Amino acid sequence: MIGKLFSTCLPYILSGISVGGQYALIAIGYTMVYGILRLINFAHGDIFMVAGLIMVYSNVALTPLFMNMGLSAGSAFIVSIISSVVIVLVLTVILGLTIEKAAYRPLRNAPRMSVMISAIGVSYLIQNAAIYITGGLAKPYPASGAAMPWLSDQITIGSTSIKRVTVITPILTILLVVALVLLIKKTKIGMAMRAVSKDFRTSRLMGIEVNNVISVTFFIGSFLAAVGSLLYFTNYASVTPTSGAMPGLKAFVAAVFGGIGSVPGAVVGAFIIGICENILKGLDNILSTAGVFKDGFTFGFATFSDAFTFILLIVILCVKPTGLFGEKNTDKV
Amino acid sequence: MKKILAIVLAALMVFALAACGEVKPDVSDGGNEGQPAGEKVVKIGVFEPASGDNGAGGKQETLGIQYANEKTPTVKIGEDEYKVEVIYADNGSSNDKAPTAAQSLISAGCSIILGSYGSGVSIAASDTFKDSGVAAIGVTCTNPQVTEGNSHYFRICFLDPFQGTVLANLASSEFKASKAYILTKLGDDYSTGLGYNFKQAFEALGGTVVEESFQEGNADFTAFLNTAKSQECDVIFAPTSTEAAQLIIEQSATQGISVPLLAGDTWDSNVILNAAKGKDVKIYVTTFYQEGGNADFDNGFKDWINADATHLSNNGGDDTVAAVSAMGYDAYYVALEAIKAAGSTDKGAIKDILGSVSYTGVTGEIKFDETGDAIRDTAYVKTANTETGAWDFVREQGVN
Repeated sequence: MIGKLFSTCLPYILSGISVGGQYALIAIGYTMVYGILRLINFAHGDIFMVAGLIMVYSNVALTPLFMNMGLSAGSAFIVSIISSVVIVLVLTVILGLTIEKAAYRPLRNAPRMSVMISAIGVSYLIQNAAIYITGGLAKPYPASGAAMPWLSDQITIGSTSIKRVTVITPILTILLVVALVLLIKKTKIGMAMRAVSKDFRTSRLMGIEVNNVISVTFFIGSFLAAVGSLLYFTNYASVTPTSGAMPGLKAFVAAVFGGIGSVPGAVVGAFIIGICENILKGLDNILSTAGVFKDGFTFGFATFSDAFTFILLIVILCVKPTGLFGEKNTDKV
Repeated sequence: MKKILAIVLAALMVFALAACGEVKPDVSDGGNEGQPAGEKVVKIGVFEPASGDNGAGGKQETLGIQYANEKTPTVKIGEDEYKVEVIYADNGSSNDKAPTAAQSLISAGCSIILGSYGSGVSIAASDTFKDSGVAAIGVTCTNPQVTEGNSHYFRICFLDPFQGTVLANLASSEFKASKAYILTKLGDDYSTGLGYNFKQAFEALGGTVVEESFQEGNADFTAFLNTAKSQECDVIFAPTSTEAAQLIIEQSATQGISVPLLAGDTWDSNVILNAAKGKDVKIYVTTFYQEGGNADFDNGFKDWINADATHLSNNGGDDTVAAVSAMGYDAYYVALEAIKAAGSTDKGAIKDILGSVSYTGVTGEIKFDETGDAIRDTAYVKTANTETGAWDFVREQGVN
């Protein structure tokens, strides 16, 4: 009985951990930018989506190029994927930095609300540009009729068959987060980041190049969003102009849940949300396996999985506005 | 300096808006009177999605109409030769954008409307068409509510109660299924409607169902597929948009789902074929037209698609003939028949006569009943060949 229950739960938990890892990578971008600029970067989810599109287009362009260079179709594809990954990382970072320079930096001394509105504007601009470029249709990822090599191979855990990326995601996420925390805690630029997030003006007086620090923040955020998009779209194999909206929103909830401004908080929050969401999707099935539902199988929990995420947001904001790991807000008079 | 910049920017915006304002009358001015002498024009509005969830299907349906328009660009009304101008509006697959798109067609002075792919948008725009007194021909919207209780919406395809029954019959006769998993999208009239009709028919045949629904923007179907698997369902019925279908197919292949996936007309698209190619999945769909049903049309259409890169990419990158393209093609000719029968470009006259029009097209005979629905009694069942990436014909299936 317990064994059967476990094997029923396992697939939901596995996909929850994987989804959580993807949310975590996006959530870090939100939380770091917020920590330093007190800005919710609404365009972040769309940067994530653009990273997916760059992959698609760069593959279309590169595969024939490598084939012309004399490689066979199979190896040309693999070489093209590898170089596309590099291109995705580089271009996404450039996009993030450009958005910061063009849409946020000129508003550095403007009221915070103006920057936020500018962020919303950028988000819609990117989405609509993507609709224009793709024609509004879903693009198969990473290329039509092909899957990511190695990452999307099938593996079996217990009785569950999943893609390899599902297992890779949480591991990679945790490695990146550890590296990031070390960067923030141990290096000079990390110290500068912490200083800027504590007090903008004073750190400028202390000789910190605030603009550089902010650029580094956007660099890291966009880089992680690009890695997140590689993992996410390998799993869900198609990109649409609105693909970034829902993961972006959920990652934002995760960041708030964990305490916005805190990197480990965002990661923990993302995993909790990912796992809860997936268990909720399978709750009907789990309960009926456990024998709670005798006949009449559906209660319809799956329908509420998104609602759950947002109810969680409201509850957190009411009960503990600073989130799980958030700093206490000490307003100086 | 800053002030000057602000003023210049504001002025630019005003100009931009003014320019937008000027473009519109230009379009609607092109009505019957504003044309240069000697050329008479009748306008047909195409109300189809070109973006959003149903963008791929909408584009294929539009291609059928476009092809028909290029083949037959004029219509004879009485003694006069009229040029047929086709006007397109993108309803974005979204119920809240639909009325605006519909309004733009009406402002452009269309005499009759074709569309849409997707029942939800058709229902959402129905009142807009009704208020302006223009008739609309639903091409592949299968939800009964589209034509129910109104006199302006017609349709040339079969309906969901019929399609649901056909699929339920298929599930129980071909696959000996006793338990079916139904996955529908919340808030999608097509999806929930067809899911409901399938459930009714399948339960009437003595089967049981497990029903779940997902929300807009959901990309993770693994949880749903897991449920289907662990509930030991014999078939999975997923009447969804092709966008969700891609993900469902991909993820069910990864999950090692061996039971057949059934779906309605929406899945009859090369998007599905591409998603299924090389994967271990079984996919069965019901549809309006089987490629090879009319060789002339097939070949002509393929040549036309291949001749133009834009058409090719709108058709999903290859020259598979989608049933919706054939339906769009027929819808155009039904509209021409109605215009001829009315003997004028007046939308009221066309609306009044449309119910009595009949036409034999590539998808079979089209004739309307009192509700404005086409009388159709067979659907084609196809399966995706995952090796060749083409549809294999299974059989024709009626309700019995």
